[in-house]
Amino acid sequence: MKAVDFDYECPASIDEVCRRLAVAGGDAKIIAGGQTLVPLMAMRLARPARLIDINRIAALQGIADRVNHVAVRACTRQAAALDHPAVRARVPLLAMALGFVGHDQTRNRGTIGGSLANADPAAEIGLAALALDAEIEAQSARGTRTIALELFFAGPMETALAPDECLTEIRFPVWRDGMIGTGFQEVSIRRSDFALAAAAVQIARDGAGTCRRIAIAVGGAAPTPIRIAAAERRLLGTRLEEADIDAAAAIVRETVAPLADLHASPAYRRRVAGSLVARALAEAAS
Amino acid sequence: MAAEAPGFRYIARHRRAREHRRFLVGGGRFVADLALPGMLHVALVASPYPQARIARIDATAALAMPGIRAVVVGSDLAQATEPLMSGLDLPKVLRYPLAVGRARYAGEWVAAVVGESRALAEDAAEHVEVEYEPLPHVVDPEAALAAGAPLVHPEHGSNLLYRRRFVWGPVEADFAAAAHRIAYRARWHRSATVPIETFGVLARWDAAARLLDVWASIQMPKFPDQLARALRLPGNGVRTHFDVDVGGSYGGKRGLKHGVLVGYLSRRLGAPVRLIEDRLENLRGGDAHGPDRIFDVEMAFDGDGTVRSMTMRALDDVGAYAGRAPFQLGKPVGAIVGPYRIASVAYEPISVTTNKTPEEAVRGFGQSPTNFAIETGIDLIARRLGMDRVAVRRRNLIRRDEFPYRIPSGSTYDSGDYHAVLDKALAAADHDALVRRRDRARAEGRLAGIGIACCLEPSGGNSSFEPLLNPKNETTTWMESCQVKIDLGGAIVAAMGTSSAGQGHETLVATVVGEILERDPDTVRVVHADSLWALPSNSPVGSRMAIMLGGAAASASRKLKASLMAIAAHQFDVASDALVYRGGDIAVAVDPGRRLAWADLVEIAHRKFHLLPPGMEPGLQAMHVEEVPGGGTLPDADGRVPMYPCYAFEAHVVYAELDRVTGQTRLLNYVCGHDCGVMINPDIVHGMTYGGIAHGIGAALYERFAYDANGQLVSGSFMDYLLPSSHEVPAITIVDHCTPSPLTSFGQKGSGEAGYLGAPAAVASAVNDALEPLGLHIAELPMTPLAIGDLLARSEEGA
Amino acid sequence: MSQHELTVTVNGVCRRARVAARLTLVDFLRDELHLTGTHVGCEHGVCGACSVLLDGRPVRSCLLFAVQAEGAAIVTIEGLSPDPEGLGILQDSFWETHAQQCGYCTPGMLIAAHALLQRNADPSEAEIRDAISGNLCRCTGYQQIVEAVALAARRLRGVNVTEADEHGG
Repeated sequence: MKAVDFDYECPASIDEVCRRLAVAGGDAKIIAGGQTLVPLMAMRLARPARLIDINRIAALQGIADRVNHVAVRACTRQAAALDHPAVRARVPLLAMALGFVGHDQTRNRGTIGGSLANADPAAEIGLAALALDAEIEAQSARGTRTIALELFFAGPMETALAPDECLTEIRFPVWRDGMIGTGFQEVSIRRSDFALAAAAVQIARDGAGTCRRIAIAVGGAAPTPIRIAAAERRLLGTRLEEADIDAAAAIVRETVAPLADLHASPAYRRRVAGSLVARALAEAAS
Repeated sequence: MAAEAPGFRYIARHRRAREHRRFLVGGGRFVADLALPGMLHVALVASPYPQARIARIDATAALAMPGIRAVVVGSDLAQATEPLMSGLDLPKVLRYPLAVGRARYAGEWVAAVVGESRALAEDAAEHVEVEYEPLPHVVDPEAALAAGAPLVHPEHGSNLLYRRRFVWGPVEADFAAAAHRIAYRARWHRSATVPIETFGVLARWDAAARLLDVWASIQMPKFPDQLARALRLPGNGVRTHFDVDVGGSYGGKRGLKHGVLVGYLSRRLGAPVRLIEDRLENLRGGDAHGPDRIFDVEMAFDGDGTVRSMTMRALDDVGAYAGRAPFQLGKPVGAIVGPYRIASVAYEPISVTTNKTPEEAVRGFGQSPTNFAIETGIDLIARRLGMDRVAVRRRNLIRRDEFPYRIPSGSTYDSGDYHAVLDKALAAADHDALVRRRDRARAEGRLAGIGIACCLEPSGGNSSFEPLLNPKNETTTWMESCQVKIDLGGAIVAAMGTSSAGQGHETLVATVVGEILERDPDTVRVVHADSLWALPSNSPVGSRMAIMLGGAAASASRKLKASLMAIAAHQFDVASDALVYRGGDIAVAVDPGRRLAWADLVEIAHRKFHLLPPGMEPGLQAMHVEEVPGGGTLPDADGRVPMYPCYAFEAHVVYAELDRVTGQTRLLNYVCGHDCGVMINPDIVHGMTYGGIAHGIGAALYERFAYDANGQLVSGSFMDYLLPSSHEVPAITIVDHCTPSPLTSFGQKGSGEAGYLGAPAAVASAVNDALEPLGLHIAELPMTPLAIGDLLARSEEGA
Repeated sequence: MSQHELTVTVNGVCRRARVAARLTLVDFLRDELHLTGTHVGCEHGVCGACSVLLDGRPVRSCLLFAVQAEGAAIVTIEGLSPDPEGLGILQDSFWETHAQQCGYCTPGMLIAAHALLQRNADPSEAEIRDAISGNLCRCTGYQQIVEAVALAARRLRGVNVTEADEHGG
């Protein structure tokens, strides 16, 4: 399982990355953490002629607390994000999600941006990002643009990034009003496997316990992670009692469009997605 | 917690495995660590089709690529080598390392590319052009037996490789006389041992010496012999090095096709050649899958739970070629009734070929699936009668006073106290507390269950299933050897003649030698002889080494001790029985001042011929070749034959909770009661039992080689073939019991399969106990979240 | 084929080499530097047999190309011993509890356990299991490995020094 040969470049700046991507015309792939890309290369399923290594670009590392959002530079290690005080305090849903991502060893290399760019429908980071209406910043030789998360995932393993674009930053909005609760539930066969389905929930309640703001996102149960807006609407203004949660779970089951694979059928994912949302809601409300 | 084994100096005590020190500092010597000057590397071209005629292979482009020395194909091997040996009598089922004329499974190796590096060989492998003509295929074993099924080996005429119905005892009468009967199917899907190290082999042909040196990650009886035969070399033309570290095997590392391939390549190219399977090759084309079994069982029983008789039809899908795997239907004959007093049995093993990766041996050699089938029935009987599952077992377990116990198929269980071990396991698990815990969980709406499984580990490796399933093979010799010498400085060296894969054989031998000679085992060096000078060996299979290697080492050591006694007797001019041997020194019993120290005795033996007893050879060396206890008998007309001599016993008690929606199983408590007689090294035995349980949990819940309708292996990497991690294996408590075997040097029975033999049954028992309040049952492994989730969902919809 | 100059510190020694871009770090360590203690089990980042420390953190060396390790400090199993003859407390604890059988996963396990004990001097059983959950073992069922790490933690803290310590390495 040796990769097909490639040209390797290790630029020192984002501009340089963009320049090389523009020149390569689709023949180049960015390597960040490599935890997903290198196995594909070893299996010769991915065969980039050129690898652009972005791990040495200081400007792509780091986490900044910007009050209304937490900005994570794309090549920040998952382990660094998991341990970062700003993430734990201000974006707890992301911290919860990261606990489910791979292992210690993979988090030491894997990056936040890399996971998002990979766009696995069951990936935890993308799910949390979608729940939080995060924003992606992408740069190319043509300039910089911002992409809302809801427009970012185009299909399984497919994003809105152009072949010459490099993901540079992810901005996770911070919820500042009310009592914030978060829930993250997933089912995988072994604890650290890819999720068969996952649910990310964040709620904000007022002093009376009424839900004033809510986000419900489901992963692994559709070609991309999705928000269940109908379930969110159903729960807004309620006190998240059992009947409300059950109703939301039913809406989830009707909404999702799961794919089949070796480990789970569409029916299984559909059933489980509903229950995971219910459990995540209970977790967020506790 | 080791059970008491009084009276031993070194045996049964904690001792670090000396041979493992090197693993702690990165000093292992695995095949992939070995490099020879000028060594070439192999990459394989595999068939994408489950069955296809190979019309044409064009290697021109591949050969033109950088660093490529050769591309060989099946016809090259067919000309230059003998077909790989099959265990059954199947003259028309031929097998070579590369497909010859026809590919019979997706992943079968069709061409081998040899290059200066693995990467270059892989690059070139992509440019080997193969023209296939796809043919119809079959991957379902029952479909393979149906009329009109595509044939895997047309020359053989059918997909049936073996079928025979054995009837031992008055089965029909016993069924007629019994009050009740149950009939059920138990399905054990394909899984395998899958060690973390793949199979690898390095061969170097020395044309001047006409000798082929082979280093392989091997665990296989008669590998050197079969390799030599296939390569058309005399046995002393192949030197297999057994001092290579094997990174786990548990039965699977047979590697005959790999060995023949690189042996052929090395001779042809005049250079050392090394093949290390990558993981994709290993899982799909390494020919090391395991039992893939459908059991149809009937049990006849009375109202008090006594099982009178059993019929078992065992259909096994060995994949595209036969090898030794069909014998895995024969080995369970040696414990066909499990640990129970079942008076009559009809057993119908059926071996089928399909277009899948070939099976090879898995730990237990078919015993674990069979135990799963039997234990499923015991639990179903309990469910039918509304009886406690422990009580049904107690009623049927062979009692301590009934040993030695002859089972209907001709084997004799040597000793045991099954009830005591079961009691110990239940006590250690605090079974009553578990019942309360389960009932509390159920009251809270959760699915919770306790699993119970009792089973045997036949040990000693009397492989009389060979002549049983293949009457043309009249083999009854199952032996192991040890050579021990004391050098002229008084240091002890022992030699064993086979490989090790972590079972601690060196420590086993050192402990036994040290016990007999009363010398510190840490001072005994144990080496692995290569196949040129190794004495006969059958390799570490069938849980045989403690019995056989231990026995051989003990016998050789006793010979040495007798020589030392004879030297002293001659010196003191007394009879041997007038002497006392202590710690290697020998003194006259009635006059201890007259003594010879170890160093003195050694010196006489090596340098003072004038003081040696007349007729004694100089030096101190002895060897022994041990035949398996009870060995030497061929099957009778009804297929009755003694198999393994010694029977270890295990009782598992497991507590599990199931998630109603996700179908995930969490094992929350695991106790295993284990009795393998005297344990020569308790840590080593415990280690393999923990590992066996983990392996069994994998088979029960996670591992499956799954095929789609197109004959493609869909779980062909570690992303989909799921090995249990430290999260999936719970903390395990082992409680030991010791019922010595009357047949062995120290009362030891074999171990090495323990845990694996009972864990799948135990986990299934727990899952089914959890499902019982819903009236549900599952008898198909692995019990994945999807399988359990769907079962629960269907029942809810029906409700 | 693109070749690159590589300078990397391995077990405290500065090494220089010229490598192909596609050469993975594990293959570089094993085949170029002949440090064969780090093992290959799957080459797709699941089994953990290839674990090494990179700048102090455990990573899967089959998922890095050697060129990516430019300037880094790598520690392999060969670098875990305090001296050529001796065993560290963690290694000795593995030996004492029989935490290895075939030895193939052992280097990766030691790396993972070492990293755990660097950051957590008193890990619970759950924390130990979590720390080694990215390292697959087929022989041991993990039980004696967990015991080894717990023993090593106790010994490193100087608490409840057991008889085993008196026997040393």
